[in-house]
Amino acid sequence: MERRFVISPSPHVKDGDSIQKIMYAVVIALIPAGIGGIYFFGLHALWVIAVAIAASLGAEALFSKMMKRPIQLQDGSAIITGLLLAYNVPAEVPLWLPAIGAVAGIGIGKMAFGGLGYNPMNPALIGRAFLMASWAVHMTVFRTAPKGGTLSGIDAITNATPLNVFKGAREILTNSVNYSAEQVTEATQAITQLYNSSGNLFWGRVGGCLGETSAILLLLGAVFLMYKRIIGWKIPFAYIGTVAILTWAFGGTNGLFSGNPIFHILSGGLILGAFFMATDMTTTPVTFKGRLYFGIGCGIFTFVIRLWGGYPEGVSYSILLMNLATPLLDRYTKPKVFGG
Amino acid sequence: MFRKNSFSGGTHPHDEKQWSSAKAIEIMPLPETVIIPIQQHIGAPSDLIVEKGQTVKKGQALSSSSKFVSVPVHASISGTIKAIEQRPHPLGANLLSVVIESDGEDSWISDFKEEPDYFELDVQQMKQRIADAGVAGMGGAAFPSHVKLSPPEDKNIDTLILNGVECEPFLTADHRIMLERPDEIIKGMRLIMKILKIDTGYIGIEANKPDAIALLKEKVNKETGIEVVVLEVKYPQGAEKQLIKASTNRDVPAGKLPMEIGCVVQNVGTAVAIYEAVAMQKPLIERVVTVTGTSIHEPKNLLARIGTPFSELIACCGGMKDNTAKIVNGGPMMGMAQLTDAVPVIKGTSGILVLDEKTANMQEENPCIACARCVDVCPMKLLPNHIASYVEYNKFDKANELGIFDCMECGTCSFICPAKRHLVHYIKLGKALINEQKKAV
Repeated sequence: MERRFVISPSPHVKDGDSIQKIMYAVVIALIPAGIGGIYFFGLHALWVIAVAIAASLGAEALFSKMMKRPIQLQDGSAIITGLLLAYNVPAEVPLWLPAIGAVAGIGIGKMAFGGLGYNPMNPALIGRAFLMASWAVHMTVFRTAPKGGTLSGIDAITNATPLNVFKGAREILTNSVNYSAEQVTEATQAITQLYNSSGNLFWGRVGGCLGETSAILLLLGAVFLMYKRIIGWKIPFAYIGTVAILTWAFGGTNGLFSGNPIFHILSGGLILGAFFMATDMTTTPVTFKGRLYFGIGCGIFTFVIRLWGGYPEGVSYSILLMNLATPLLDRYTKPKVFGG
Repeated sequence: MFRKNSFSGGTHPHDEKQWSSAKAIEIMPLPETVIIPIQQHIGAPSDLIVEKGQTVKKGQALSSSSKFVSVPVHASISGTIKAIEQRPHPLGANLLSVVIESDGEDSWISDFKEEPDYFELDVQQMKQRIADAGVAGMGGAAFPSHVKLSPPEDKNIDTLILNGVECEPFLTADHRIMLERPDEIIKGMRLIMKILKIDTGYIGIEANKPDAIALLKEKVNKETGIEVVVLEVKYPQGAEKQLIKASTNRDVPAGKLPMEIGCVVQNVGTAVAIYEAVAMQKPLIERVVTVTGTSIHEPKNLLARIGTPFSELIACCGGMKDNTAKIVNGGPMMGMAQLTDAVPVIKGTSGILVLDEKTANMQEENPCIACARCVDVCPMKLLPNHIASYVEYNKFDKANELGIFDCMECGTCSFICPAKRHLVHYIKLGKALINEQKKAV
């Protein structure tokens, strides 16, 4: 009989990249910030990371089995969820907390929608939101000062993170009639010191969630991902740019354009969020304009929450909100067909 | 003046042309049998005018066409018609084919010499000769050439673009034609320009063929109105609309043909065939085929008779290796995988690709992670991921809204997809199903 050959649709050659390679590149990019977290906050941070990853993998395997789907742990996406969740909790949390967060994130945030590629929102952020709603104290009270620094990044105050200090001080300065002269002076000093503490923020000598504090270590990973073309410039730059402009224009205490954008860029979870969570492929738009608007939207929400919201930080809720707008953004930013 | 000789979108597959680009075109030994499908072009089928048992000469017409968008086929060897039956066709399914057994003489029906005053022929006569010679686009699509050269009266054609881009990886047939038959290319080009009554012509060549660029630049130096355009190496630079954009900066309106903006595009190999058809009245019975790939022993550029089975061309290149998994008619991006190597070379066979298991695309599909790479590379600015998903879930009206029919099926999206999704396949399927629905209504 004549020999038969393989029939498959064109193209017959393919690019060498794969989902797995993309996911592991993201994992590699997140490693410096993790090492930073362990260095600054102590060995307990390592256990938090390990538990979060293990729980993510376990939850994905368990839910896949329950849903009678193939278990695809090797794609690496659950490891990212675990890592990001760990980076988004205080370093001193009890170990059951990241475990529950990971199970909630993977279960509600990912597997309930059909697994990889079908989740509308970032699973790690769903896990974080779940923990915020359930154990707010564990999630918002920071006790561990970083190695070689203070919780606030400035010497005068040692019991709050930079954004907490900022929010309190700004409240006093914008409603100064309600406060004593002494309090106003303290608040003015605190803000000035915060604005001068960018070195601490840049290196990570401040309090905060496990993996969000060191800008330089996060940027190291971000540059790697950009070089590998896994993340683009549109979302992170639009996001950070929007926050910078808005906080500069409206975030100050002496009228318009008295804010300090550098402080807002480097503090809290903005760098982690903008480069590693707002760039999650599945939950963000695919169109050029859609990605720009997504970043701008995240920036507006973050700015609003930071200045007027109930929490000192708003990165994770901003991204979750914009995740929900993704299908709409895709629909309304459909590119014009060539020659159309 | 600065002109960006490229288009937006696109991708960079390994070009893999090194295997055969330095190999001069080699004339294949006479085949014992040829299988000539009576339809090798896009358009209406031609009508058979020969019978089983009849003897034919090389160049004799086997069919004639009464329809305008159609071309005849010709005997590519002299001999006896052994059978007229359904045979496997490289574009899929079985098609009525004329099987000719060689008499070993290889004798021509006439002597085909260049007529001294061919350039003075009447334009209508030129077009008739092109149609009678069975010339159809040799870049792969095989659209009847005389039709492309007969734009409606109201279309103001001012530019001819000769396509020497050859952006498909692996293929080098056009490259070799440009190096070895530059004079015929330019003569053919002059004829096309005369037929279209225009005096501007470009030859578009990708920057990865510096020798062809240098040679043709030297040749057109003496010509007026012809210019060689060097194009960025990027797939699909040779797609009609993208080539026009890169060479003239004009956008062909969506859903329209290049003639809408005054352009006609022809492949360099077609230009040679047009020259031979007009100047010698020589029918199209052979073409240059690049036989290459990861599983061929000795890649070559062969001048093969139309109708020669793939197996003979492969044998002529030292045969295929044991790890062969796939044989493709055409290039790796848009070519069609073949079930058997018994299929014949047709007018659009620019290459035969013999691929091993590893290179051939046989990876499993994964879910789309919305990385948007397909959106970034789509040269038509579509959303391939969304269109494919709509087809997958039978939402054809949605797929249509997103411009499924603007897709030219270049395969860039499937190539780049990290989830290895068969995006183009879904799109082709969607088009076919939508057309079927339309017919049913």
